[in-house]
Amino acid sequence: MTVFVIRRLLQAALVVLIMSLLVFGGVFLVGDPVEMLVADDADQAEREMMIKSMGLDLPFYLQYLRFIGNALQGDMGNSFVFQESAMHLIAERMPATFELAFAALFIAVVLGIPLGIYAGLNANSWISKTIMTSSILGFSLPTFWVGIMMILFFAVIMGWLPSSGRGDTVNVFGIPISLLTLDGLSHMLLPAVNLALFKLSMVIRLARAGTREVVHQDYIKFARAKGLSDTRIIGVHLFKNIMIPVVTVLGLEFGGLVAFSVVTETVFAWPGMGKLLIDSINFLDRPVIVAYLMFVVVLFVCINLIVDVLYSVLDPRVRLQEMKS
Amino acid sequence: MSAVQENAANGGAGQSQSAVEVETPFRRFVADYMENKIAVFGLVSVFLVVLIALFGPLIAPTDPYDLASVTFMDNKLAPGEQMGSGVTALLGTDGLGRDMVSAMIYGLRISLGVGIGSGIIALLIGVTFGLCAAYFGGKVDTVIMRIVDIQLSFPAILVALVLLATLGKGVDKIIAALVVVQWAYYARTVRGSALVERRREYIEAATCLGLSKPRVIFRHMLPNCLPPLIVVATMQVAHAISLEATLSFLGLGLPVTEPSLGLLIANGFEYIMSGMYWISVYPGLALLFTIVTINLVGDRLRDVLNPRLQK
Repeated sequence: MTVFVIRRLLQAALVVLIMSLLVFGGVFLVGDPVEMLVADDADQAEREMMIKSMGLDLPFYLQYLRFIGNALQGDMGNSFVFQESAMHLIAERMPATFELAFAALFIAVVLGIPLGIYAGLNANSWISKTIMTSSILGFSLPTFWVGIMMILFFAVIMGWLPSSGRGDTVNVFGIPISLLTLDGLSHMLLPAVNLALFKLSMVIRLARAGTREVVHQDYIKFARAKGLSDTRIIGVHLFKNIMIPVVTVLGLEFGGLVAFSVVTETVFAWPGMGKLLIDSINFLDRPVIVAYLMFVVVLFVCINLIVDVLYSVLDPRVRLQEMKS
Repeated sequence: MSAVQENAANGGAGQSQSAVEVETPFRRFVADYMENKIAVFGLVSVFLVVLIALFGPLIAPTDPYDLASVTFMDNKLAPGEQMGSGVTALLGTDGLGRDMVSAMIYGLRISLGVGIGSGIIALLIGVTFGLCAAYFGGKVDTVIMRIVDIQLSFPAILVALVLLATLGKGVDKIIAALVVVQWAYYARTVRGSALVERRREYIEAATCLGLSKPRVIFRHMLPNCLPPLIVVATMQVAHAISLEATLSFLGLGLPVTEPSLGLLIANGFEYIMSGMYWISVYPGLALLFTIVTINLVGDRLRDVLNPRLQK
């Protein structure tokens, strides 16, 4: 187990390193940040001073090492636009995004698993067919367009829910949370559902596929033969065994939710990290772009790591296979 | 090695039977596919969409790029109103006075072109790498598949965002970004089936005949890996179109001068609060129709081509 975890940790560190090289190389070498920072009428001397002060005269590997050194201390540079630490800007926006992603995950799981199990157990009923057809729609509909349609229907035509922004928040341990106020909830409902749709379809499909496979296993037959109630068979024996793929997805897709919230946040003007990224790209605010990307890379690698370890705890076969190779 | 000899080795005798009603695999495949009415509808719709895109300039009532005929006077007309030029704008006009029907047809051309174009390039790259990984195994396999694994652990939209944030705007750039996003799916799919095929006797036979490696890989292994590849390719084109629309909506993909369906939706978004729904809704429906019908076809292909589900 320890060897497995150590090996995974090393692998994760390597991925972060490679990604940092790619992101740094991509953002810093393509295009010229000086062009944007220096005024149009700056002369050559001013230009060179700027280049020197930013360390852009150094060879690539030195620039990169400097970037890594600063990044390890949590310093990703200052935003060109806000004149503020890029990490700070991201940290400020993070609660809004995470709150939205958690809400979406919650919706996807709480609705998705029961619907999926139902569709798996009663494969031929018309309700199951409706559920499965809707899940195909959930996969194919572009998130942003569904979001626009939700705004059109619920906000513009019906006027039931607000169309944008975050609403009132309550501070819990210094972190603003909008789940706890009625206004915040009403602002959150549309974006959370919008963000959840894709994952919901996925959870439904996974739960259904898992159920259909598990139902025919011997231990389910045995449980039935023992005379256990349906509730217990489904709630314990079946549920436990379909959870392995679902846990993977929950873990892996949380990162996906954070990434996809870029779209939802733009549609609903939700003040999170994703919106910050899009704004930064439009303003060519490189430090913020790099900081956001590195943050998401680290987040992803951590999630993958946790899921891998959890997975090996839930299913020892994974661990053993890894040991052999 | 001549083609004739090779043909004989593959059992070329079967090909000389040109009987009228022989059940060839292809005919069986077509018959299987046609059993599902919804899938047939999907296929017909996809053909229709492609035709509209191909002959767009001939069908479109006006040319939305022709600055001489587009006037700002016509802006934001509701569906059914008449434009200054006398043409009725069936689905209204957008904020710049372009007829929505025409703008959508031209947008569809770009959306489909980007989706299919990037799909083909990604297919070529992905298949080559995937086949090589499976055929050569060992270090080549490990390196290629590690890269694939790492890339697939990040969501497509994020990879595309990174690339477009650095590359900038343009049709070529968005195609490049979509290729990078997609190739790994093809590589993984083709490697999966190629690993199975690699151990079959006919590969051994082809190798023993002294055929060159590229020939064995592309002429013998590849055709047998096609079924799952066709399914993935269909789904990926739909996915690419959707992703392009999303990126354009975020303002990252295409320049404003070449509006795809996604960009049209984005342009309409600002008017939606004032109730001018048609600028956003109709391009969205066109996008939806395209994506859903392609997915219908892909879904059916998956069922028909899956040997496990065959009777």
